[in-house]
Amino acid sequence: MSSVLYDVPGPKARRVSLIGSIIGVIVIGGLLVLAVMTLAQQGIFDPKRWAVFQLPEVWALIAAGIGATLAAAAVSAVIAFPLGLLLCLMRISDNAWIRVPTRIVLEFLRGMPVVLMMLFVLLVFATSSFIAVVAGLVLYNSAIFAEIIRAGVQSLPKGQREAGLAIGLTSFQSRLTIELPQAIRRMLPSLVAQLVVLLKDTSLGYIVAYGELLRAVQVMADFLGPQYLFPVFFVAAAIYIAIDLAVSRLAIWLERRGSKRAAGGVAHVPVAGVPAAK
Amino acid sequence: MDVIIENLPQYWDGFLRTLFLSVISGIIALIVGTVLAAARVSPVAALRGFSMAYVEIVRNTPLTIAFFFAAVVLPRLGITFQQFEVAAIIALSAYTSAFIAEAVRSGVNSVPVGQAEAARSIGMKFSQVLSLIILPQALRTVIPPLINILIALVKNSSVAGAFYVLELFGQGKQLANANGDAVVWVLVGVAFFYLLITIPLGYLASVVERKVAIAR
Repeated sequence: MSSVLYDVPGPKARRVSLIGSIIGVIVIGGLLVLAVMTLAQQGIFDPKRWAVFQLPEVWALIAAGIGATLAAAAVSAVIAFPLGLLLCLMRISDNAWIRVPTRIVLEFLRGMPVVLMMLFVLLVFATSSFIAVVAGLVLYNSAIFAEIIRAGVQSLPKGQREAGLAIGLTSFQSRLTIELPQAIRRMLPSLVAQLVVLLKDTSLGYIVAYGELLRAVQVMADFLGPQYLFPVFFVAAAIYIAIDLAVSRLAIWLERRGSKRAAGGVAHVPVAGVPAAK
Repeated sequence: MDVIIENLPQYWDGFLRTLFLSVISGIIALIVGTVLAAARVSPVAALRGFSMAYVEIVRNTPLTIAFFFAAVVLPRLGITFQQFEVAAIIALSAYTSAFIAEAVRSGVNSVPVGQAEAARSIGMKFSQVLSLIILPQALRTVIPPLINILIALVKNSSVAGAFYVLELFGQGKQLANANGDAVVWVLVGVAFFYLLITIPLGYLASVVERKVAIAR
């Protein structure tokens, strides 16, 4: 491993870094052992507590929680993406009467916490918590999708639109048939990354009492007794993080694949006008 | 509309608490995130590995689970605190620092290679190369994304309202319960106070972005 930031380490530097690494690993390991011991003292690792996982009902509840999480994420994504496309088209419209109000709405949606939108829909429209969660996620993420796709359209070479207009397409036809397809392909990694955020944000459903994974854990702990909260929480957190990690990996894979196949490669997340990092 | 004016003291109290949570967590996250980014590019393999694992896991953890961990699990581990604000600050800064580390690392990568080469060729150590040459330039280029992360932090602090902290969202929930007939206005008031923080910050980010773009 060599880097431009430092010289290739010599034998002395390697020895120092090895000793430092070993000490670091020991310290972290020690803290972990301490944590486990503290928990063990409170009887967290009592086999009786973990015996709940022998109950099929517990797994059924966890499965229902995962199902509810994935359902909310899937429904929101399916609605938010076309809506984001539409908002993007309105945001870059030639007509100021469409463009400016859309811009204000987008600023408004992007500036608000998702939980607040969920609570708003839940209380004001007195809907089920599922609809509240989906509505909150759709409102927020369609605004983000619109901004991502807009960044993609703006990253295209000017000639694409000019050529489209030159062969007699209307402005809208050029957007729809020339620019958007390229923009979406270029922004695919960012779009999938936003999907990960959407999936993570379903956990906010916990706050509006939607029966997603974390809420299922809470319900189970209330039902079986607080001593089971820990084991079930750890299993649920591990499942949640594993799902999110898998989707993130997909995003990275798409980016690698995209940079080989998509014409002109995928756009790297633009950082303040600085050339994309290689 | 009257609901907002009548309950202005509660709103103001919640607004200040949201600001407090955001500012403290933001400062901690900026420091921890920069240290994590430095660890990520350091010559010590163990530091690189630790930083990578931390960022990868925390970025993929839902915020609600982070809060649950800080508010429920940490006290069991013997880390007790008098106020739930502390738990909120722990969760928010741990969560945000992972995003800041990623942003700073991309900034480090964007600094031209010649800068580090020149610094090394005049005999600087890694710590000097990083702190005197690379980080000052890297941080400058990533200010707009950092501001966007801080905006997300302000919005994320609303989750604290569900974990016994009476910040803007928590106050809003209470007011909504107390004023069942005027829920719309109560929540519009909450939204207004959030926008009071997030929209100016967003404006700042776009101004800085334009400035930096011209400077380069």
